[in-house]
Amino acid sequence: MIRVALRGMARRKLRTALTAIAIVLGVALITGTYVLTDSIKGAFGGIFTQVYRGTDATVTGKSAFTLSGQNNTTAPPFAESLLPKIRQLPDVADAVGGVGGNAHLILDGKVVHFGGAPNLGFSVDPKRPVLNSLKLVDGKWPGANQVVIDEATAHKKHLQLGQRIGVQASGPTLRMTISGLVHFGGASSLGGATLSGFNLPTAQQLFQRVGKLDQVRAKAKTGVAPAKLAAEIRAILPPHTQVRTGQAQAKEDAKDTDSFLNFLQDFLLAFGGIALFVGSFVIANSLSITITQRTRELATLRTLGASRRQVRRSIVIEGLAIGAIASVAGIGVGLGLGVGLFKLFDAVGFTLPNNGLVLHQRTVIVALIVGILVTVLASLRPAFRATRVPPIAAVREGSELPPGRFAKYRPIGSTLLTVLGFGLLIYGLFAHGLGTKGVLLSMGVGTLLIFLGVALLAARFARPLAWVLGAPATRFGGAAGALARDNARRNPQRTASTASALMIGLALVTLVSVMAAGITKSFRGAVNDLWVSGYAVTAQNNFDPIPIAAGNAAARTPGVQAIANVRGGDAQIFNGVHQATAVGPGAAQIFNMTWLDGGSNAVFSKLGAHGAFVDKGFAKSHHLTIGSPVQLTAPTGKGVALHVIGIFDPPTGGSPFGPVTISDTAWDKIYDTPQNLYSFVRMRGGETDAAEAALVNQLKAFPNAKVQTKKQFVDNQISGLNAILNVLFVLLALSVIVSLFGIINTLVLTAVRCGA
Amino acid sequence: MAVEEQPKGAVVVPTTSAVEARGLTRRYGEGETAVDALRGIDLDVRSGELVAVMGPSGSGKSTLMHILAGLDKPTTGTVQIAGTEITGLDDSRLTRLRREHIGFVFQFFNLLPMLDAEENVVLPLSIAGEKPDKAWLDSLLSQMGLAERRKHRPAELSGGQQQRVAIARSLVTRPTILFADEPTGNLDSKTAGEILELMRASVDAYGQTTVMVTHEARSAAIAHRILFLEDGLIVKELHDASQQDVLAVMNSLGT
Repeated sequence: MIRVALRGMARRKLRTALTAIAIVLGVALITGTYVLTDSIKGAFGGIFTQVYRGTDATVTGKSAFTLSGQNNTTAPPFAESLLPKIRQLPDVADAVGGVGGNAHLILDGKVVHFGGAPNLGFSVDPKRPVLNSLKLVDGKWPGANQVVIDEATAHKKHLQLGQRIGVQASGPTLRMTISGLVHFGGASSLGGATLSGFNLPTAQQLFQRVGKLDQVRAKAKTGVAPAKLAAEIRAILPPHTQVRTGQAQAKEDAKDTDSFLNFLQDFLLAFGGIALFVGSFVIANSLSITITQRTRELATLRTLGASRRQVRRSIVIEGLAIGAIASVAGIGVGLGLGVGLFKLFDAVGFTLPNNGLVLHQRTVIVALIVGILVTVLASLRPAFRATRVPPIAAVREGSELPPGRFAKYRPIGSTLLTVLGFGLLIYGLFAHGLGTKGVLLSMGVGTLLIFLGVALLAARFARPLAWVLGAPATRFGGAAGALARDNARRNPQRTASTASALMIGLALVTLVSVMAAGITKSFRGAVNDLWVSGYAVTAQNNFDPIPIAAGNAAARTPGVQAIANVRGGDAQIFNGVHQATAVGPGAAQIFNMTWLDGGSNAVFSKLGAHGAFVDKGFAKSHHLTIGSPVQLTAPTGKGVALHVIGIFDPPTGGSPFGPVTISDTAWDKIYDTPQNLYSFVRMRGGETDAAEAALVNQLKAFPNAKVQTKKQFVDNQISGLNAILNVLFVLLALSVIVSLFGIINTLVLTAVRCGA
Repeated sequence: MAVEEQPKGAVVVPTTSAVEARGLTRRYGEGETAVDALRGIDLDVRSGELVAVMGPSGSGKSTLMHILAGLDKPTTGTVQIAGTEITGLDDSRLTRLRREHIGFVFQFFNLLPMLDAEENVVLPLSIAGEKPDKAWLDSLLSQMGLAERRKHRPAELSGGQQQRVAIARSLVTRPTILFADEPTGNLDSKTAGEILELMRASVDAYGQTTVMVTHEARSAAIAHRILFLEDGLIVKELHDASQQDVLAVMNSLGT
């Protein structure tokens, strides 16, 4: 029987291939995802291990609470007086202090950047290269007013040793000479990131860390274990600092990228799952069709003594074989897709580091199991259908399959599935107390059930729908048109399940488009509601913070009526980490806020040292009213006692303010190196060419600052969303392609049947 | 493999009946439009006997064969094969009955296109999970003139050769009863003659009990006994009749 199943499959090569393609694509996406994320993880892991190879222990600043990692907040620096103390420890062979952060290279008045990749800067110690993150490959280590840059950036921008270049971090732009070219760890390139290295005093000036350090790296004397060194250092550490072994620090540094990669992985795997789900319809459908075509063959097997179980098993084995072949092919295609995904992300602006493709054993195992399991599950229904082929069909032409035992429960069953699916979907959307995973799981399973239910119900509508939709075909297509319509009506189950695969793909495309349109529209609405008109100043990449000096420069532009600088970062409030924001009194003339409880824009000027305003949701969940006390702690450990002086109702599209907002003066006392997220400027005479030119001129010294009109601001903020949407559509296109293969398959199969 | 009430060797005992049918009726449909395909048939097929069932289309001969072979169920009446009452059997017991006691030869051969001649022949054994007896298989294949064609696929064989493979397949399990449904209906006259000779030879050589349904006088003439059906009833029976005798009866019955 197994031989019959496998040989039969080999005879129907075209059909088998068309059926298998659905699974190949799904498995390929899963494999490609793992290959992509494993490769990036491997690249980063390798880079950070390399960076800390000569380091036995590190000291870093310690936040007062665990940072969210989302609001541009970093751990606070510490006093550089710690460094000599560490150097004097008996087991320390050598130690280096360093600072680092975002540093932009400026060429011809423009920021050098590649897509959304970061622009990183570090201090280096020329005398202690073993304790540096950067590895010199050409030229010399930097002296005063000199910079080393990564080889890839130098190559792409045709920069030469000795050339002058501008560098800007937290303060004003400094002019420097390129003294050398470097690699980061062992990697010649870190995706599209630009890297720059300076000597410590220059770096401290750039990052506004004069007298302070972000990190100390220590090397132990020969024979001293890193853990012992760390313990020794721990004994002399001041508050708000921590020590780790070099290895632990490498892992810690890789953690941020890892958590992003895990998100990316889950996200892409979900699309692999969707493609496989669509693929399962294609498989069930084509197996079903061939069973109708092979009625006589199956009946003959029954007359020769084959049991129902043997017939069922032969179909499942066929599914198993298709699944196995398709999964193996899918893994091969997936490796290619991994390369393709690197290119896709590159094209939409996320350049990812790539140190060669990584294929883990886990990837192969998961891909095989999932691919085979889905195929076998999809073959179950056709397999049970095959057991209903009566032996008498071997001698009688055109005998129909009797309906199954459960056929009469089908309408109610599929309705129940659909209702249950909607129930889960609604539960996921509105139930309180579900984690993100719970919400996604119940929505995902709900959607799955809806699709299954609708696909089963669709058979009931296929006949009347084909009648109506086929009317033009009969009118203009003549006999062929009429034939086409009757064919679609003849086997409503087949028509419905063929269409279902496409339905799922198109439904998801529609869903994403509608959601994206909704988000875009409500964001536009929110900006229009909150902000009358004027100019916004943001970083070139629309989301990095910009130096306060840029906002201050903009404020001095002739014709400025008011300016609102919005700062933002993590804060600990009521034992939770939230995004806090800060703004000055100028905001009163910029924003149209909806205040509750009799508040007005006067709130902005009354914030002072201890005032705060909160949004409606935060006030509700923490039972806050005007006058309620609120304690806010910054990552530095410094805190401020506040009381609520205003509650506002943000538009659904969001607002520039976090749950809690304080005055910029209060903010700057507790946050180290504060920076602006955006500055909103109101010019006399509104948006005019002259006003814009004046602002641009004023911000010349800050190439990373971008002046935008309201419309440009909205478009730029949405552009990030559009990049994500493009990725989504490309991924969803895959499931539509799978369903198209399904349709081709059905047409080929029915054509073969009619021809026979 | 479990053995039914009667041992397999029963085939060679000449006095027992391989098939016993009593009071068979078969009605299709209900009410006004009901059609009676069989209207009361009693039939015994003795072991080693070749019985031909003749009749015009619509006479009920195919329905009779389907019911005797357990492919269809009678409205009333009983059928025993090798002493087992088959009309009430469930699907799994019917499957076992087919494996152990029944062979089929079809008008359209019903070979599996993906298997070669030999694989097709041993398929009933493979399905039952048994190994073919090599000597028996070799003698069967040479008896059927297929010794040189063992590795050929059905598509590479002529119609006559395909039917030889089908006959070998039906004989390989030495069934209690072989049912042949218009075995020459899809062959030219010369090939049909060869196939008929083979069928008669296998009855003579192996004592293979056979029921053949046909509408051709020439086919029926190879049988030990010929039953004529008309409107669901046996209307005439001939023993060791010639083709002329059969034609005479057919004419007298007005078919």
